[in-house]
Amino acid sequence: MFGKLTWDAIPFDQPIPMATSAVVGAVLLGVLLWVWLKGYVPYIWREWITSVDHKRIGVMYCLLGLVMLVRGFADALMMRSQQALAFNAPGYLPPEHYDQIFSAHGTIMIFFVAMPLVVGLMNFAVPLQLGVRDVAFPTLNSVSFWLTATGVLLVNLSLVVGEFARTGWLAYPPLSGSTYSPGVGVDYYLWSLQIAGIGTLMGGINLATTILKIRAPGMSYMRMPVFCWTALASNMMIIAAFPVLTATFAMLLLDRYLGFHFFTNEAGGNAMMFVNLIWVWGHPEVYILILPAFGVFSEVVSTFSSKPLFGYRSMVAATMAICVLAFFVWLHHFFTMGAGADVNAVFGIASMVIAVPTGVKIFNWLFTMYGGRLRFNVPLLWSLGFMITFVIGGMTGVLLAIPPADFVLHNSLFLVAHFHNVIIGGVVFGLFAGYTYWFPKAFGFTLDERLGKAAFWCWFLGFYGAFGPLYAVGLLGMTRRMQHYDVAAWHPWLLVAMGGALLILCGIGFQVAQLVVSIRTRDQRRDLTGDPWDGRSLEWVTPSPPPAFNFAVLPDVHGYEAYWGIKQRAIETQHLAEEPDYQPIELPRNSPTGFVTAFFATITGFSLIWHIWWLVVLGLVGAFATFVVFAWRDVPEYEIPADDVARIDRARRAARAAALADLRKPA
Amino acid sequence: MSPVDTAAAGPAWSDPNRVGLHGRSALTGHGDRDVASKRIITGYGFWIYLLSDIIMFSAFFAAYAVLADATAGGPTARQIFKLDYVALETACLLASSFAGGMASVAASVRSQLWTQIGLLVTGLLGFAFIVLEVREFTSLIAAGAGPTRSAFLTSYFSLVGLHGVHVSVGLLWLGTMMAQIWVKGFRPDIMRRLLCFTLFWHALDIIWVAILTMVYLMGAG
Repeated sequence: MFGKLTWDAIPFDQPIPMATSAVVGAVLLGVLLWVWLKGYVPYIWREWITSVDHKRIGVMYCLLGLVMLVRGFADALMMRSQQALAFNAPGYLPPEHYDQIFSAHGTIMIFFVAMPLVVGLMNFAVPLQLGVRDVAFPTLNSVSFWLTATGVLLVNLSLVVGEFARTGWLAYPPLSGSTYSPGVGVDYYLWSLQIAGIGTLMGGINLATTILKIRAPGMSYMRMPVFCWTALASNMMIIAAFPVLTATFAMLLLDRYLGFHFFTNEAGGNAMMFVNLIWVWGHPEVYILILPAFGVFSEVVSTFSSKPLFGYRSMVAATMAICVLAFFVWLHHFFTMGAGADVNAVFGIASMVIAVPTGVKIFNWLFTMYGGRLRFNVPLLWSLGFMITFVIGGMTGVLLAIPPADFVLHNSLFLVAHFHNVIIGGVVFGLFAGYTYWFPKAFGFTLDERLGKAAFWCWFLGFYGAFGPLYAVGLLGMTRRMQHYDVAAWHPWLLVAMGGALLILCGIGFQVAQLVVSIRTRDQRRDLTGDPWDGRSLEWVTPSPPPAFNFAVLPDVHGYEAYWGIKQRAIETQHLAEEPDYQPIELPRNSPTGFVTAFFATITGFSLIWHIWWLVVLGLVGAFATFVVFAWRDVPEYEIPADDVARIDRARRAARAAALADLRKPA
Repeated sequence: MSPVDTAAAGPAWSDPNRVGLHGRSALTGHGDRDVASKRIITGYGFWIYLLSDIIMFSAFFAAYAVLADATAGGPTARQIFKLDYVALETACLLASSFAGGMASVAASVRSQLWTQIGLLVTGLLGFAFIVLEVREFTSLIAAGAGPTRSAFLTSYFSLVGLHGVHVSVGLLWLGTMMAQIWVKGFRPDIMRRLLCFTLFWHALDIIWVAILTMVYLMGAG
């Protein structure tokens, strides 16, 4: 009846997962109860869960990513403390638990922290920057988000019911095959990523179509903000890379469920094919994450330098060059496979070549700041921290791209330090810059600057404290994923790394405090004009938060930095442009399709993991029925009357006129 | 800070990097010229989906290419492929696509009867293809040449089976398509879905032609 699922699946004898899940469960129940008692359920259902508005979906993606950041970071602290304790000692985490933690940490941080945050920022900002009202397929957007949420739910469920993979974050076979991993851990890993991956792929198709086909009049390609370009590159890479991930995981699932021989040791299976295929996805994936971060830095550096971006065209060219080169370097993840000197040399050189367009970008940002009037707000601090940190990470990457050096450093903590250096110093700093930069646009008030700066310094210094020592122990010969060790020379470094991780914890603490304090003092920090940073692109035309339709009339774009031109003209002529002729606006209606699909996807995924076949069938039938019901709808859109549009836009114009009058007064 | 505004603007504006000089004239943002039409957007998005689907197939093609000789002492391609049987499957699938094309012609002249007939023939031929494929698979498994026998057979069954799963899902879609056209008529949104369906059906042909060539013709030759 319930397949492999019995009461033994719940780890009653292990205090750590039980206590953790009790706390998480209590918090979750508390939040649900609070929402219920306050009577917020209809509001949340109507305005968020069923929303197909790209801004709301973007915010929900970011929220999901931030919550999972706490989960993934808790795993990181457990690993750091284990390694700080486990010198000539067993530490407090038994190997089978420790292995689950490092696997979950990598999986969660890439798929359920970095990806949702990147996709969330793109979802929120890209349509606004393009000057349009929504993405190409709004309901599909909601489906994408909720499928990602399903993946998150399944991964977290593995804490209480069953176990997670002990295979590392990419689950290489034959270790991840059914012979060596007979439990449900790898199945949790595979199904949660399959379901979330479909969501990501659909999201990529959606945003790429949006950028290529839906832009405001006059918004030609070479007038798009750089963030839109990086989003385009990122989404094109999602379209090209994620199907390979789906295919690879499907093969591993066939091996595990039906006894196929793609990657087995017997009957001609080829485990190295898995490693090749997974990195054909995996290497583009890191650029899928970093390019939008580069886009955020481009926006932030230019805005807070009060200057147009230096070398716009070279920035676009560098972005697209990275987009292509990303697909020609995957083999550098396994030089030690033994493909031969020629193959290794080709991929080594290709990997080093990527440093060229990246270097172009770094110089463009530096030259943007040169001669600018810099405002050291929190987003710019993250950008400066990124430039320093990322250059170091890039250089250690070029070191690792040399095959003979890689033979020594492969799978050492030097490698671990390198990729954390580029992912934290690049992606995470970029996401925090974007979070602080666009927060007032999303919610109508700014985040606290002092606490934001404290968070930045803790993260920045904490990063060096945590990962500088890992470079050192890597060079001293320490390999990754060690549950215990007996080399005295490593121990002090690992204690320092523990300290660095604690400093990052303080940074996260400050970020939580920043959010809480800013919400409580939001009435003093309202963004009344919609343009808190003296911005240059079209999202700052709209009020904060923007109305559901974003723009009362689509902006007419006459050049690069569309909003800056409009703004300068208003300042020169001392009045706003003529009031437009307001028309009714049609918007897509909210739909529970995404949520219901994800509900059935969760059931299907869970029952596949536990081999409950009848429930699998039920889940699939439910998902199909949801689509049919959605296809049967007769009224896909609703209309906002012209009067409402006029009322909302006149309020915005009044705020702008007041700001203009303020500006006219002598200082 | 100087937050000022507003949406519509006047002459060509400062273009500090001398880029993007090819923008269009002033538009209100209403009417059909603001952004591409829904039909274009939907078709375009679906094309991108098809490309991603083809990339997924390409991973299975690559796996087949790697594992084609890994027969582990079991049957080889030459021993198990029967080209006349495959020719029948191919004929069914291609004729099904032709019928699908006829159905969309009928839909474009708003003929309910001929659209339904065209889609029905499309579905029946597609179903015949699936029946033939399932029979092929079951006879191979019965003869001890199932997917668990060797890596070659694993990759063969997976690649061809993945195509078969696509056709089966397509048949499900086809059924709902016929019902939608019957109940809702030739509404613009239904027509867009029909366009996507026929694109999907033709893309499966393209993939089948690649399978026919790389798996069956090269394997049996």
